[in-house]
Amino acid sequence: MSDIVVAPVPPVHTHRVRSESPMVRACLIGIALAFLGVFLILPLTVVFLEAFANGWQAYIENILETDALAAIRLTLLVAIIAVPLNVIFGVAAAWAVAKFEFRGKNLLISLIDLPFSVSPVISGLVYVLLFGAQGYFGPWLKSHGVEIIFALSGIVLATLFVTFPFVARELIPHMQTLGNNDEEAALTLGASGWQTFVKITLPNVKWSLLYGVLLCNARAMGEFGAVAVVSGKIRGLTTTMPLHIEILFNEYMSAAAFAVASLLALLALVTLAVKTWLEWRFADEIAARSGH
Amino acid sequence: MLRSIPRYLVHLLALLAMAFCLAITMGAARAQTTLLNVSYDPTRELYRDINREFISDWKARTGQTLTIRQSHGGSGSQARSVIDGLNADIVTLALSADIDAIAERTKKLPDQWQKRLPQNSSPYTSTIIFLVRKGNPKGVRDWDDLVKPGIQVITPNPKTSGGARWNYLAAWAFADKLFNKDETKVRDFVGRLLNNVPILDTGARASTNTFTKRGIGDVLLSWENEAFLALKEAGGDQFEILVPSLSILAEPPVALIDANVDTNKTRSAAQAYLEFLYTPKAQAIIAKNFYRPRDAQHVDPKDLVRFPKIELVNIDDAFGGWSKVQQAHFADGGIFDQIYKPGR
Repeated sequence: MSDIVVAPVPPVHTHRVRSESPMVRACLIGIALAFLGVFLILPLTVVFLEAFANGWQAYIENILETDALAAIRLTLLVAIIAVPLNVIFGVAAAWAVAKFEFRGKNLLISLIDLPFSVSPVISGLVYVLLFGAQGYFGPWLKSHGVEIIFALSGIVLATLFVTFPFVARELIPHMQTLGNNDEEAALTLGASGWQTFVKITLPNVKWSLLYGVLLCNARAMGEFGAVAVVSGKIRGLTTTMPLHIEILFNEYMSAAAFAVASLLALLALVTLAVKTWLEWRFADEIAARSGH
Repeated sequence: MLRSIPRYLVHLLALLAMAFCLAITMGAARAQTTLLNVSYDPTRELYRDINREFISDWKARTGQTLTIRQSHGGSGSQARSVIDGLNADIVTLALSADIDAIAERTKKLPDQWQKRLPQNSSPYTSTIIFLVRKGNPKGVRDWDDLVKPGIQVITPNPKTSGGARWNYLAAWAFADKLFNKDETKVRDFVGRLLNNVPILDTGARASTNTFTKRGIGDVLLSWENEAFLALKEAGGDQFEILVPSLSILAEPPVALIDANVDTNKTRSAAQAYLEFLYTPKAQAIIAKNFYRPRDAQHVDPKDLVRFPKIELVNIDDAFGGWSKVQQAHFADGGIFDQIYKPGR
């Protein structure tokens, strides 16, 4: 995590005392690298190799195909709606948990974790049971012309459900370790609650916030299970990129499936790159803030 | 740095605004006439061809530009989605019990929907055959080879897949004949067959992929059309088709969902679409996609010779119709649940 304090480099003599034999070190590094290679690099390479199996031209065509574009648009749209909502929720929840004492605080923390422990399929089915035509609110929604399940709203709801721990989970521990001192100082000096939040709290936690946003975004774009249940799989209308990839693969269009998959992987890599770049660019600032 | 913070909020609001604009444009795109055809798993390629042809046909007849959207999955799960509110104008499913379920649970179409179009509302038929690996290394010939120990059979789950129900009933019909309707023996036979199945996928296409791409299993019980398509996609020399001594006449039906087409104001296009399936043009496309046409008159003879002659039992004569079969075999606690004992 970006804000974990890196231990200062120990003096040379302690280094020698703790050091394992070169053999052990080589083994450990070797195992780690082998794991990375087999489980991460190799599959990623395969995705890109398959995507370009029929050449650049075919790759571009596969990406620009109408249904693929619709899937890309839908995925980005869902992320654009779900991520900001999660930021608002995450900041509010973290604020409440870190800065105040109240009854049921532990319950709230456990509830925030719930989507991690519930299978995504179930989170999708819950919405079908609530808002589906046979569900509790289905008939009422139908009579008012509101479509939730098998439409954009359902996909956004399901995505929100599976992604909402990410921002809160990043912020809570950080805000707890920061404590209330800075805010109290600001308030004593006459700042309003909002000013304190915007000028003190937010800047203090912005790296964890950013990290949470990136994780949340990656999951929002990549979610399959929950979205599959509420999507209805209407090609070009309610298929997000992960669903579209499965459809293409099922239709014997491997190259097209992997082309879209490579794009999704690329989005994840870009996310990672942005994070690394920001950490590098603001390394001093991060170190300074973590020092608080 | 401190002064720049509110800009994050500005950006956030801008993004939200953009999202809403996009959402609105997407909503507006639905304004032109759009049909949603909710279908079962193997028909993806068939309806891609049919839709292209019907769209130009409809344009020539009415001047309207039509958009046809497709949704595919296991027949049972697709029916479930329509019951849960998936706004299908047309359903083209693997068997009539699934459309019966929609009629019964939602009342969105009449119980007698199957009488509304010719030939049980089934514009084409198909049957169930075997796909084995090249050279048939396990020496499979007929249904009774599938119950032998050590044979791995791939078929989807009858609870979610229509093709799987046809597979199951074809096996049942064979055993029925073999044991002269001795139900204890028939149950035992089909139960042993099911216990040779290592993976029950949710749809026919998933099973095909399990067999062809993941390389699991010795025999794939498959729609005839799906097996031909798999052969074509795999390039000919990896698999071969085996025709069992007896199989079942599968009649995948089509229907429009009255309540939905009336709300969507798409009845005339939906009706025309279904009728189009019976035209010579569509029948030729049907045969080209390895489904058995109802009317072979205008079909390319090359497409016809591919279909092997098989003794086919009929669901009405052999089992007393789908509603009865569905209740007895596939309902919760039915014969399938009694004889399928996974993990033993």
